[in-house]
Amino acid sequence: MDESTIRDAISRTLAGIAPEVSLEQIVATVPLRDQIDLDSMDWLNFIVGLHEQLHVDIPEADYRKLRTLNDLIAYLRAKSG
Amino acid sequence: MIEFKLPSLGADMDEGTLLEWCVKPGDSLKRGQVVAIVDTTKAAIDVECWDEGTVDELIVAPGTKIPVDTVLALLRAPGETVEESARWKEQHRGAQLAAQAAAPVLAAPAVAPVVAVVPSAGRRRVSPAARRYAEQMGIDLDALTGSGPQGAIVLEDVQKAASKAVPLQPKPVVGAVAVAAERAVEMRRTIAAAMARSKREIPHYYLATEVPLEVASRWLGERNAGLPVTERLLMAVLFIKAVAKALLRFPEFNGFVREAQFVPSVDVHVGVAISLRQGGLIAPAILNTGQLPLEQLMRELGDLVKRARAFTLRSSELSMPTVTVTNLGEQGADRVFGIIYPPQVALVGFGSVRERAWVENGQLKLIPAVTATLAADHRASDGHRGSLFLAEVSALLQQPQTL
Repeated sequence: MDESTIRDAISRTLAGIAPEVSLEQIVATVPLRDQIDLDSMDWLNFIVGLHEQLHVDIPEADYRKLRTLNDLIAYLRAKSG
Repeated sequence: MIEFKLPSLGADMDEGTLLEWCVKPGDSLKRGQVVAIVDTTKAAIDVECWDEGTVDELIVAPGTKIPVDTVLALLRAPGETVEESARWKEQHRGAQLAAQAAAPVLAAPAVAPVVAVVPSAGRRRVSPAARRYAEQMGIDLDALTGSGPQGAIVLEDVQKAASKAVPLQPKPVVGAVAVAAERAVEMRRTIAAAMARSKREIPHYYLATEVPLEVASRWLGERNAGLPVTERLLMAVLFIKAVAKALLRFPEFNGFVREAQFVPSVDVHVGVAISLRQGGLIAPAILNTGQLPLEQLMRELGDLVKRARAFTLRSSELSMPTVTVTNLGEQGADRVFGIIYPPQVALVGFGSVRERAWVENGQLKLIPAVTATLAADHRASDGHRGSLFLAEVSALLQQPQTL
């Protein structure tokens, strides 16, 4: 899957959870949760949303690999083939 | 004849604006049916009626601001005859109308809303700030698409629409930013009033305990690994269930103080503190918390958080919590010593779950743990029992499979 599809999916999912934030404002190398107020419920909803949009399952054990936006995009590209 | 009154919507809401009626005279009501939608500083509340009967008369008009306990409508009880209704009205109406006139019903807004207030088939989610600004600018909310949580209409949506629309009214004195600020100030004021009252009236005592979570964390991880993402449980759900179960053995932490007298509640309805994005706090209840299996508790918690942040909740969720749990989550402070939400008598807090050094059998190890705290009303309980209650919560969390 190409990067722009993934970015769109991330953007849409985020809009449903943290509507005050837009992806353009995010620094891709700084941890997401330092930039956006996401509690554990928000994070879970975020993972569920990505699953719905991209049909990628993200096991709990992998959460810690997804610290920055770049990490997230790389992970999702690898998983979606 | 039954007088249907505006129920209390929590200690920090003592009035609301009736937005719309969801029933009309002649409709027969089932227990728990939503009969009206009332706007408050935090959300638009679906007001439920717990009486059965037939709607006789709607007394308060949409757009009117009313205090709690105002009679909103009259309902004929099942089996009540026409004569009985008429006689009741003769006897009571004079007195009732005089009483409501003496304690003045706050007047309808000076600017009549341009938005037609009719019961909508699909429940529209609108933030309180957006609603007020839309009224002021003459924007039809039905024509807007919401960009907020769950498609809720937020202030920015109305601002965009207002900038495109031809103004139907002269430029308002107060702009959108000011409306949002005003709403934020109101929200802070209502929270401040409730919290100040709590500190004035409730003699708080505070206890804390460290709860090891090695077992619970492993159990949760194993359980979640085998489940699709939509069925994963959060640690917060284990915390809430443990508190609900512990309260069965410690009733002095579950109930209300009314007129300086503690009245324990038979049922346990745990209120969950939910922070509203961009400021504010609300603590609606998950009803009959202890009776729900963890999977259902997780679903209800998720749904409750979504609805709270989309500004729509049910009146029973606000009027019925018998205790409150506040969970800071992993990005917050280690521990929280909260302020009890009156008229409740306890607030159980959980700080962030962190890896801690832990001593067991003379051995040092590293395990996840959380600091659980209790803020309790000294009129209803003492520190010794509070201490045992926290120990019980901790003990339950060592046996997550029993939750």
